Amino acid sequence: MYIKYKNSPSITAWASVVGKKESEGPLAHLFDECSEDDYFSKDTWEKAETEMQTRCINHLLHKKGLSVNDINLFMGGDLCNQITSTAFSMRDFGFPFLGLYNACSTMAESMIIASCMVDAGYTDNAIALASSHFCTAERQYRTPLDYGGKRTPTAQWTVTGCGSVLVQSMGKTSFINSAQIGAVVDLGVTDTNNMGAAMAPAAADTIKKYLKNSNTKASDYDLIITGDLGEVGSALLKDLLLKENIVLDNHIDCGMVIYDEEQKVQSGASGCGCSASVIAAKFLPEFEKEKLNNILFIATGALLSPATSMQGESIPCIAHLVNIRSKKETKK
Amino acid sequence: MDKKNYAEMVKRYSPNSKIFSNCLWAFFVGGTICLIGQILTTLYMKMHFTISDARLMTSVSLVGLSAIFTALGWYHKIAKRAGAGTLVPITGFANAVVSPAIEFKSEGYITGVASKMFIIAGPVIVYGTLASVIYGVIYWMSRRF
Repeated sequence: MYIKYKNSPSITAWASVVGKKESEGPLAHLFDECSEDDYFSKDTWEKAETEMQTRCINHLLHKKGLSVNDINLFMGGDLCNQITSTAFSMRDFGFPFLGLYNACSTMAESMIIASCMVDAGYTDNAIALASSHFCTAERQYRTPLDYGGKRTPTAQWTVTGCGSVLVQSMGKTSFINSAQIGAVVDLGVTDTNNMGAAMAPAAADTIKKYLKNSNTKASDYDLIITGDLGEVGSALLKDLLLKENIVLDNHIDCGMVIYDEEQKVQSGASGCGCSASVIAAKFLPEFEKEKLNNILFIATGALLSPATSMQGESIPCIAHLVNIRSKKETKK
Repeated sequence: MDKKNYAEMVKRYSPNSKIFSNCLWAFFVGGTICLIGQILTTLYMKMHFTISDARLMTSVSLVGLSAIFTALGWYHKIAKRAGAGTLVPITGFANAVVSPAIEFKSEGYITGVASKMFIIAGPVIVYGTLASVIYGVIYWMSRRF
């Protein structure tokens, strides 16, 4: 489904908090908070993720000088079963809350719905958030942290990170112009250690539909930013789109910029916190500096569970797209 | 794009594991663990234990060492490179039991540690026992003739 926002809501603030490994990566200086302690001073990984979210929301409120009572609506999610990290962080804030889950595409999903609510005039502000924590995700989806196993070259590393944005009806820059709600695509990939390959067709499908619906070309955008396809998924995305005569030479993947070569993360990064923290830390500030004018942000999610994988099911994937511009589009 | 064509595309873009260097790592790290085992056995025999007792104590010592390495967070760092070299010896089995025990402590000693302790090693125990029973039956039958 293609959405053209009538009033183009604006992203007026953004915040990001990350863990230790991300703090050692090339984007460390851009995040609002880098924690040396992946436990965030808590005693379980689940509490740590909730604390990371809480800190991220507080940074966001602080930047705009807002108090908890000023926020009308909050939406977001994480990778934990029953999205408990987000629900638990909501206990302390008391925001009206919509819990969302679309795996690693949750940030784009949240931004799309928050923008719809603001655009329609139901609220003049809404927070969208997504987070993931390596340790909560790993113990749920894979093996215990101390288990000695070897990663395959196509595996991706779940980011310990949280990103949040404040969507408001009035703003100066970074306007949400349009969006594409993606459909589930499954081309039969069953390898849970090759998520990029599973998700690439969903990203290609959403991008193709968006370009057609908006009547634009890939080259019209400064950057086409995907969430967490990693090296393998990015290469596949480019090839898939090339077969549709769409040339993607302005593409960048959040999963390939958050860590550097020496951090040994195989195909790249993944997790909802990957696209959420990178868009908030690296790309949205560029609008304020007038270095970016028009981008597509496509977050991709693999909608599997450990049970479906063990039952031999392939991985259904989804991608949601948000178009962010520095200026409101003037009506023709 | 159908699933078959896409599977071929995925194969083309997905790098394979570096089998040669993985094998070298596995050989040397796995070999080192075995060497430590042999040294321990020799030492125990020098301490006048019988050969079967020395072997038993070697296994116990390696399991103990592996548990300590796992608890200190060292084992998985070695295994990241060593692969099968740390998985196949008895130390790998100890790691597979100790690591979930540590991980799931946050869910309590009964519902966490005790119930999750065998999530990885469980299948090895089940099918290992089953295989030894089958082997035992075959051996018993072969002795009758």
